[in-house]
Amino acid sequence: MRYFLRKIGFFVGTLWAVVTLNFLIPRLQPGDPAELMVRRLQGKDSQLDAAQVEAMRSMLGAPDGSLWTQYWAYLADLLRGDFGVSYTYYPFSVAEVIGQAIWWTVGLVLVTQVISFVVGIVLGAYAAWRRNSKLDTVITLGSTFLGTLQPFWIALVLLYVFGYTLGWFPTSGGYSASIPGLNMFFVEEVLSHSTLPAVALLIVTPIGWILGMRNTMIMNLGEDYIRLAKAKGLPDRTVALRYAARNALLPSVTGFALALGSVLGGTILVETVFDYPGLGRLMGEAVQNKDYPLLQTLMLLTTTGVLIANLVADLLYGVLDPRARRAEG
Amino acid sequence: MTTTPNDFMAEGDPGQAQSLEQVGGSTTPDRWWQVVWSSKKARVGLVVLALYVLMAVFAPLIAPHDPLDGGFTPLLQPSGEHWLGTNTNGRDIASQLIYGSRVSLLVGLFGGALATAIALVVGMVSGYTEGTIVDDVLSFVTNVALVIPALPLIITLVAYSDTRGVWLIVGIIALTSWAGAARSKRAQIITLRNRDFVTSAKFSGEGSARIIFSEIMPNMSSLVVAGFVGAATGAVGAEAGLAVLGLGDTRSVSWGTMLYQADAQGAIQQGLLTWIFAPGLALAILITAMSLINFGVDLLSNPHLRED
Repeated sequence: MRYFLRKIGFFVGTLWAVVTLNFLIPRLQPGDPAELMVRRLQGKDSQLDAAQVEAMRSMLGAPDGSLWTQYWAYLADLLRGDFGVSYTYYPFSVAEVIGQAIWWTVGLVLVTQVISFVVGIVLGAYAAWRRNSKLDTVITLGSTFLGTLQPFWIALVLLYVFGYTLGWFPTSGGYSASIPGLNMFFVEEVLSHSTLPAVALLIVTPIGWILGMRNTMIMNLGEDYIRLAKAKGLPDRTVALRYAARNALLPSVTGFALALGSVLGGTILVETVFDYPGLGRLMGEAVQNKDYPLLQTLMLLTTTGVLIANLVADLLYGVLDPRARRAEG
Repeated sequence: MTTTPNDFMAEGDPGQAQSLEQVGGSTTPDRWWQVVWSSKKARVGLVVLALYVLMAVFAPLIAPHDPLDGGFTPLLQPSGEHWLGTNTNGRDIASQLIYGSRVSLLVGLFGGALATAIALVVGMVSGYTEGTIVDDVLSFVTNVALVIPALPLIITLVAYSDTRGVWLIVGIIALTSWAGAARSKRAQIITLRNRDFVTSAKFSGEGSARIIFSEIMPNMSSLVVAGFVGAATGAVGAEAGLAVLGLGDTRSVSWGTMLYQADAQGAIQQGLLTWIFAPGLALAILITAMSLINFGVDLLSNPHLRED
């Protein structure tokens, strides 16, 4: 029980640190971002109501009021789900803009991550079992080389070859002519638009799993219980899959969540290249337009997502492996 | 390298006082550069990296044109005058590529060094004071920094500043990428801090700072070097990623800014292949070279790997 409480405590502490960091970053800047933003918005459209100005001030730092009162106002806004108004998509609120984009990214990341995980585990386990075989060399060297490529560059190459030269896939966006909804036509369009971004991510993301799984599995293969299993005359398949691979899976469970952070970085860049309508493209736009309310909410949201994934993985790990509970309990 | 199986046995030479790093030869232990050089992969990596450094240092001599001179005819095909052609702004792509190595190497060198320095101080102090409140606080900060995804935070920090010099980017990358290394250094120092040489240093009245940094740290130099190479590789990639989003240093040319402009100005649609492919390849080769060097550095920290 102490193990779980500790993990939850760490999650709450980290979340607090992130929220506070998010509050402090704009206030550490010289000048007054809120003032700038209000002025810019008023230049664009003078019909700003007082409530919106006020919300923006509490998000970005108002010149009046102590840091302490600002902090409480900011926390209250967060709890109400009030993240301010997007500058790029004015008059839509940040929450509305993000609500439109989030499912694209969640879908893309989930699908590619699950595929990467499965492919990585299988290839890594196989490479470890047939260590020093030709296939092992191909897998290890191949992943080491592919791992040095930048996801956004892979995306550009794919876009050029399969999008423009061969014309197999659409080159930008998430759908083109259809109206979003649950009809076959729309689903088909989403799939064809998502293929290239997914492939760009899939070239890089399994590598961590392959190498990690291979290492833990090789370590496990040296253990006594494997020798015993072999001595008992169990078939190779059983020893490899049900004895060695099963135990080697454990560290990968926590790795899955930690890797989400770096996957997110790749996704942001890949989405920008393909103009994919997810959070990554939104972040790119927020950067271009200095849309600080949008940018900060995206930062908060993506970070919180990764933190939650980590918490889930930690809790799951505690359930799966009693040693973890005992060691830290 | 001339090694015999015997070289790996430290106990073959009980008379000589050997530090942890130098579990090496029976007469003179291999120096660290000999160990790194003994790896074929690391040798290839070092040679490639040396070529990049030469290219960066002598960029004004090698590059045929000023990388920011937009006075050429735009969209020229590769020729003797313009090796890789010109881009839509009438700038020479080959010269941009050559000058671009400067930013990547600078960010890699200083970003990696700064991240390593932060990791060292935090990791060493936290490990040495294990179990005290100092360690609890530092460990918490490290774990927080470890789980917060780096790129969104870096993007947010950089987006707020109007002048985006190389040094700002170096600083922010370092501040967001030290945590993993700090954790492994903390683990390492915990195994070292109860050794006899530390105890004797304590009894001879040395201060904690001196014990940590001049008694214990030299024993971790391979971990530090490996950490530096890893951090530098990460910094090169992070700079490129930022620049691709349009957050690069606007006054200098980097491979990332080249890719950003190429993407923004439709290089793919117009078939300007060199503009897109050259910077990406240059980056990939540099990062490959640095990863290869790490294979050699791994031999330092793990002598068991030296056997092949």
